[in-house]
Amino acid sequence: MGITCSPLRTLRPLRSSLTQVESPRTFPGAVAPQRHYRVDADGVGIAVNEWGDERDPVLVMVHGGADFSRTFDVFAPLFAAAGWRVVAWDHRGHGDSDHTHLYSFEADLRDATRVLDAVAPRRPVAVLGHSKGGSILTSLAEAQPFRFRSFINLDGIPYRRPGPDLPEYQRADALNTEITGWLEHRRRSATGSRKPGTIEELARRRAQMNPRLSTEWLEYLVTVGAREDADGWRWKLDPSMRMGGFGPWKPEYGLFRLAGLGVPFLGVLVGADEPMGWGTKPHQVEKWMPRNGRLEYFDDLGHFIHIEQPKMVADMALEFLGAPA
Amino acid sequence: MSTVTLQHNRIELALHQLRPATGEGRPLLLLHGLGECSPTSVPHDVESWPGSIWGLDFTGHGESTIPVGGGYSAEVLLGDVDAAINHLGTVTLVGRGLGGYVALLAAGARVDAVHGAVITDGPGLTGGSYESSVPQSARLMDQGQIPDPYALHELSRDVRAADYALDFVQYSVANSDLAEPVNVSALYRPTWLAEVAAAPGVASLPLSDALNLYR
Repeated sequence: MGITCSPLRTLRPLRSSLTQVESPRTFPGAVAPQRHYRVDADGVGIAVNEWGDERDPVLVMVHGGADFSRTFDVFAPLFAAAGWRVVAWDHRGHGDSDHTHLYSFEADLRDATRVLDAVAPRRPVAVLGHSKGGSILTSLAEAQPFRFRSFINLDGIPYRRPGPDLPEYQRADALNTEITGWLEHRRRSATGSRKPGTIEELARRRAQMNPRLSTEWLEYLVTVGAREDADGWRWKLDPSMRMGGFGPWKPEYGLFRLAGLGVPFLGVLVGADEPMGWGTKPHQVEKWMPRNGRLEYFDDLGHFIHIEQPKMVADMALEFLGAPA
Repeated sequence: MSTVTLQHNRIELALHQLRPATGEGRPLLLLHGLGECSPTSVPHDVESWPGSIWGLDFTGHGESTIPVGGGYSAEVLLGDVDAAINHLGTVTLVGRGLGGYVALLAAGARVDAVHGAVITDGPGLTGGSYESSVPQSARLMDQGQIPDPYALHELSRDVRAADYALDFVQYSVANSDLAEPVNVSALYRPTWLAEVAAAPGVASLPLSDALNLYR
């Protein structure tokens, strides 16, 4: 048989708009980033936002799944005021970063290293990750520990898969339902677009994922995380992405990596049950804590603890981080 | 050989017809191994198949799109196969290496459209384990080449967990019209594949016998 493997099609990345328009809404304490630029991550444009003096030591903040860096608009300025140069970026397909062809955890990790190479090449920096951002940093800390000075993980320590625990005989059925739903989505996603709406409508939709956050905050988020088209506002998140997921990955892989962390570590867990949360409890994590680790638990707060209580969480984190210099 | 272009999300896939049907029967779809592409003519060991014979170039391989900036998983390639199934209707699958693993995923994910999946030896069969999958991110210098270096880098380490693979076996066996909808012809069997081969409803016939079973 003959085999010829010749190149035919290479697509350009799908550039998203980098223009930042002034938000038509305000929120108490929210400050737009002082600097906004783009880093090339192997052809994918990653939008980076910064708060604080650019001569100050770097504190990296990594957002969670379906979020974007402007969700730090209240939280980040509290660190900037304390002498940190806060650097946050939108994951590929999120916020102002490019929509691209494929998405994966490993690709997110590689994109992170491209931003770190741009802002602090081969230099250890303080890092803070929320939710999936915490998981990304946990993996990166094992792969490239030289990048880390200290590490704060806000409710980003998965212990089990989201969704109900199922008996063995139902698991394959549930997996098949998930997969066929994903495949059907893939058949339609090439031409899909997000549903337009008013600021209030988009905020109400997001409230299903963020039930503990105020309407005022969610409406502010629409104005910094969605774009206004002729027929209404649309979230910038790539419509080809889909919540949920399946694959061979197991939540405990992250726990095993936690144990090997070599830098000071602060883990934060919460008690309130939420759609976006992992529901991890302290007793599930304690035995995997690294030697330099500290675990804090807030029974009455939710997954977005840094948005619910920005001042309290920032004070705790700043005390843990110590002086920036 | 004629080629049709299929859309899988933003990827354009090349699906090659290697030979029209010579008799009655459903199409046979060949899935290549990691770093390979579809053959351009019918491999001798499937020549006896009476239906039409097709070969798919996976994302980042052969004549299919090279995505920007990687992000591969075996599940993305499952989506590639689903696009081919959407075009061809019910098929029998023969996969080499990585293509064999993806054939198993398709057998579990699209039971009604996959009439038998044969796993044979080939590149990318072993995959990665958790222990070997510490993600690294060295800059790959030969971007834009075929096959995509990100495909080679990411899919060679894509985790193969036996319990995950067995979920696909279990669903396929429970819902297929066939008594043994999955066949392992591979001589080399990494841990995940040894467990698949030992599962109820999985045959271990040579390729030619497996094709007779599924024709």
